[in-house]
Amino acid sequence: MSEETKCACTASQTNSPCASKPGMSRRDALLRFGIGATGVGAALMGVPVAGFVLSSFSKAQADAEWISLGPLEQFPANETRLAVYQNPSTRPWDGETAHVACWVRRLDENRFQVFAVNCTHLGCPVRWFPESRLFMCPCHGGAFYEDGSHASGPPPRGLFEYQHKVENGNLYVMGGYLPTLAEPL
Amino acid sequence: MLRPFTALALWLEERLQIRRLFEATAGHKVPANTNSWFYVLGSGTLLCFVLQIVTGICLAFVYVPSADRAWTSLQYLNHQQALGWLLRALHNWGSIFMVGIMTLHMMQTFLFGAYKFPRELTWISGCVLLVCTLGMAFTGQVLRFDQDAYWGLGIGASIMGRVPVIGAELVHLLLAGPIIAGETLSRFFTLHVFVLPGSILTIVSLHLRLVLTKGVNEYPTPGRPVRKETYEAEYDRLVHDTGVPFAPKVISKDLVFSGVLMIAIFACAVIAGPAGPSGPPDPALINTAPKPDFYFLSIFAVLALLPAYMETFLILTAPVAGIALLMALPFIAGTGEKSYRKRPVAVMTVIVVLLTVSVLAWLGTYSPWSPKMDAWSSAPVPLEYLYGRSPLERRGAALIQSKQCRNCHALDGEGGLRGPALDSIASRLSRDQLIRQVIQGGGNMPAYGKNLTPAEVTALVAFMGTLR
Repeated sequence: MSEETKCACTASQTNSPCASKPGMSRRDALLRFGIGATGVGAALMGVPVAGFVLSSFSKAQADAEWISLGPLEQFPANETRLAVYQNPSTRPWDGETAHVACWVRRLDENRFQVFAVNCTHLGCPVRWFPESRLFMCPCHGGAFYEDGSHASGPPPRGLFEYQHKVENGNLYVMGGYLPTLAEPL
Repeated sequence: MLRPFTALALWLEERLQIRRLFEATAGHKVPANTNSWFYVLGSGTLLCFVLQIVTGICLAFVYVPSADRAWTSLQYLNHQQALGWLLRALHNWGSIFMVGIMTLHMMQTFLFGAYKFPRELTWISGCVLLVCTLGMAFTGQVLRFDQDAYWGLGIGASIMGRVPVIGAELVHLLLAGPIIAGETLSRFFTLHVFVLPGSILTIVSLHLRLVLTKGVNEYPTPGRPVRKETYEAEYDRLVHDTGVPFAPKVISKDLVFSGVLMIAIFACAVIAGPAGPSGPPDPALINTAPKPDFYFLSIFAVLALLPAYMETFLILTAPVAGIALLMALPFIAGTGEKSYRKRPVAVMTVIVVLLTVSVLAWLGTYSPWSPKMDAWSSAPVPLEYLYGRSPLERRGAALIQSKQCRNCHALDGEGGLRGPALDSIASRLSRDQLIRQVIQGGGNMPAYGKNLTPAEVTALVAFMGTLR
């Protein structure tokens, strides 16, 4: 440090002759160039890093598509049954987490309701009790009627309901992402 | 004989200058009155963190952070890997002790006024460490990739989904995709193993640096308030007059505590064994009752008990406001009395917070607000409730079971606690009130009008009429 005092002007030396020396020395210029070059390089490196991290900060809406739940015969009229499908966008290493479960209620020959298993309160899986015709949530005690409407407990709304269609004897639902209050199905 | 060793030691000392480092750190002088058992909690927390790093690295040798293999690798660690079960248990109990001792450390520094001038930054960095440690607890629970982890993530996503405007984006950011799957686990693995421990190491360095620059808080004397103008001179005089080197004079209590702590963690791990994993993280297996680890049981309970109209507001603002208030504390009450003996409000605050969190966590362990999903088929009707009853009343008793009333209503102490026990229901409600309650519901009970025939209602009410 002390060997380089020739032109380096620190606060304690403001009264020394070199403080008033006009212009920029080669050493100062090199320092500024060094800071600049490092800044440019860091910015360059930062773009892909920040972009990579923030890429998941984008909406899921685009991932929704029609998914088959299988032939209609699986769903007898007047019953509510659990159906499991494979999420359309998956990674090879997703394993069983790529499964998505939903409750299919068949009212009669042509009328269906398909609900996400996720409770609208905090997402826990609701269970269907055919005897009392209620969906009950194990986490905080939410309950829903067979048509998905809110029956009791903390959930702020009825069950999330899938859009669905019947085509070629198969039941299809529009899904592909975890439903939440911000983005219901 | 010793000469070559002495020579080597001197050779190393000349290059590394360990004595100077020691004098500036572990050997620095502290007020003699800090030689107290109350002052061992900070080093205890740090010890827990170091143990977590060591056991965590061991686990990372075997654990597979991939959604399709993580659960299997945990089973392998439990059952096949030599001593794998013990390392998992040590890591789990280490985390429990770390959160516990960190909480005690925080309470102690709060009650001893250590957050006051000039140690504001020490306190604030401690608050950041609190957040990071709770972050470690949550992300660690996710790495135990089982049903509780899966649905715990679902709860996290549902909370994010309540944020206005950017809720959907936050859900996506948390899950690293549209659903809880492979990339979600990778994300939490990275946070748990790289990002959060790295942050903790950095902030602990700052925390300790501040202990050296501003000195450890002296044992407060009641009636000797902190004044910004005079405090630092007083502290310097205290260190000058009574100062003793932390090592080896004061460190002995820390060492005793370290030993006891490690023995305690080891004993808990050997006796209780590793935690989980519970069932595999398959969302198609919906017969599960997810529950968080104990650190979050109180929050789990709050989420069941808050009135709906304030729930979203409080979930989103209370944690932020709480942390902000903690961090602002040195600027709200940065001077004045330090000793808890002269600060009744501080003592009351600690007692109230501790009681609230403990009661909520205790409620969380048996969650009385949840229906008991199998009570209707597993808890029998007590025999004395059937003796001498008419056929209609007995039919009602059967319906109490088959219509799942027992999931929320207990008989003779068995069944759900969501609704009132029915043992003496007829002494509180008349026949007409019972009929109305069953058919229309109300007060958190669903309406059963559509699910019961008039004959069934008659039988149910006839049975309940005998319960007095």
